[in-house]
Amino acid sequence: MKGIHIRIWKDRLATGTVWFLSLLPLIPLALILFFIVSKGISSLSWSFLTSLPKPPGETGGGVFNAIVGTAMLIVLASILAVPMGVMAGVYLSEFKGKALPGLVRTAADLLQGIPSIVVGIIAYAWVVLPMHGFNALAGGVALAIIMIPIIVRTTEEVLLLVPQELREASLALGASRWRTILKVVIPTGLAGVTTGILVSIARIAGETAPLLFTAFGNPFLALKVTEPVNALPLVIFNYATSPYQDWWRQAWGASIILVAMVFLLNITAKAIAKRMGGSVTNE
Amino acid sequence: MNNVTLKTENLCAYFGKQQVLKKVNLSIVENKVTAIMGPSGCGKTTLIRCLNRMHETTPGARLTGRIWLKDQDLLSMNPMLVRRKVGMVFQKPNPFPTMSIYNNVLAGYRLNGIRLKKREADRTVEEALRSAALWDEVKDALHKRGTFLSGGQQQRLCIARALAVKPEALLMDEPTSALDPKATDHIERLMAKLKKQVTIVIVTHNIAQAGRISDYTAFMYLGELIEYGTTETLFTAPKDPRTEEYLTGKFG
Repeated sequence: MKGIHIRIWKDRLATGTVWFLSLLPLIPLALILFFIVSKGISSLSWSFLTSLPKPPGETGGGVFNAIVGTAMLIVLASILAVPMGVMAGVYLSEFKGKALPGLVRTAADLLQGIPSIVVGIIAYAWVVLPMHGFNALAGGVALAIIMIPIIVRTTEEVLLLVPQELREASLALGASRWRTILKVVIPTGLAGVTTGILVSIARIAGETAPLLFTAFGNPFLALKVTEPVNALPLVIFNYATSPYQDWWRQAWGASIILVAMVFLLNITAKAIAKRMGGSVTNE
Repeated sequence: MNNVTLKTENLCAYFGKQQVLKKVNLSIVENKVTAIMGPSGCGKTTLIRCLNRMHETTPGARLTGRIWLKDQDLLSMNPMLVRRKVGMVFQKPNPFPTMSIYNNVLAGYRLNGIRLKKREADRTVEEALRSAALWDEVKDALHKRGTFLSGGQQQRLCIARALAVKPEALLMDEPTSALDPKATDHIERLMAKLKKQVTIVIVTHNIAQAGRISDYTAFMYLGELIEYGTTETLFTAPKDPRTEEYLTGKFG
């Protein structure tokens, strides 16, 4: 009976330790958010979002061109990466257990491990050099290469959760393998596939390194894929390393926009994933 | 003599190197309920999965022998066509969660790219749901998702889905093993009515169920068809000692 007090005390100690350690990771997140908001909130205004940058030395101006550029790069990268990534993910989940899917899976994992700056060089060699100049398309290609493995693996994982019974039900009705995938497997896992795409967009939205020598940045508004475009991470990088105090302020402002965007994507992805819980299981 | 819907000749089935069916010769009689019973692992599920060519969808699975669907060689037919003529209901109710009740019933058409006119589609849905004794329960919720139904209702929805394409035979793989006694009773009574329009083959490990619902019974053991005959004869005067032992609960 004497031992029980020691055990209760040990239990409290262990619970307390776990509780404390699990709260620790929240601290950097809270500090980062606090820092960005306190430094950048003063820059945020309607005109900051909707006006173009002023020449160096003049105060004011905004990041409209960077917001448009980031949106452009995301759309370009998605057009390139989503069909390829989803199809490869479908292939991995529906034809598992063969040699080639294993190879594709390993390739996707290796691709995910390539540093983004290296991906940038590749896009530079593939797109910038042949086109004789920095452009949005090159940035889109670089970001797509980063997106593809994320989409492949999340699509695969989500489709593997689709119950085998549903595939059997479809095949037993005389449907082909292809129509089964298209009409039963993908619709059932659609919410999860969408989540994967959103997470991959959140991931590339903040990529800077591969854009430095592809999309390059542009102080003006560019709408053509053959022109260099600005992007929020590039604005932050260029402004923060500039000698102008007003640009430092704007870099903080751009950070808030970028962080808010990524948060929104992640929260949407989580919400969709939660809703999916009901549609994948058959109960 | 009765007409035969499905007939196997020396049917052997394998998973890789493991043989799970050994020279099964079985004739399924038209418009009757045939029960296939036997202990776990005896090959009864594999047998009916051969009859609609689902067996071969498992990697490494193959089969030898012959199967006849009426006068057609089932193994030389296109498997997708076979599966439209020989429907299947599974152990666990599996309505498509992304589709409404209405579209679940029509799934056999939709998944095969066959378009029906609105009136024809409506009629097919109603007929199939009436055949599956589900119409009265769902007629006001046809455009809701099928996953909100109870387990027994879901299973009847799956039966309706299989019936909608007007198959010649319906294979049922332990269709009530995931259901409560009341839902089981409902489906058993349904089968007695359904056999007028479609030949039924049911796999069951429940001896009492085989006795209640079937006209013919096949007893399988370790991949072999031990005994086959009318349910009455097999249950009252089994010829093989193994059948008798199984029926009296000595193993299984």
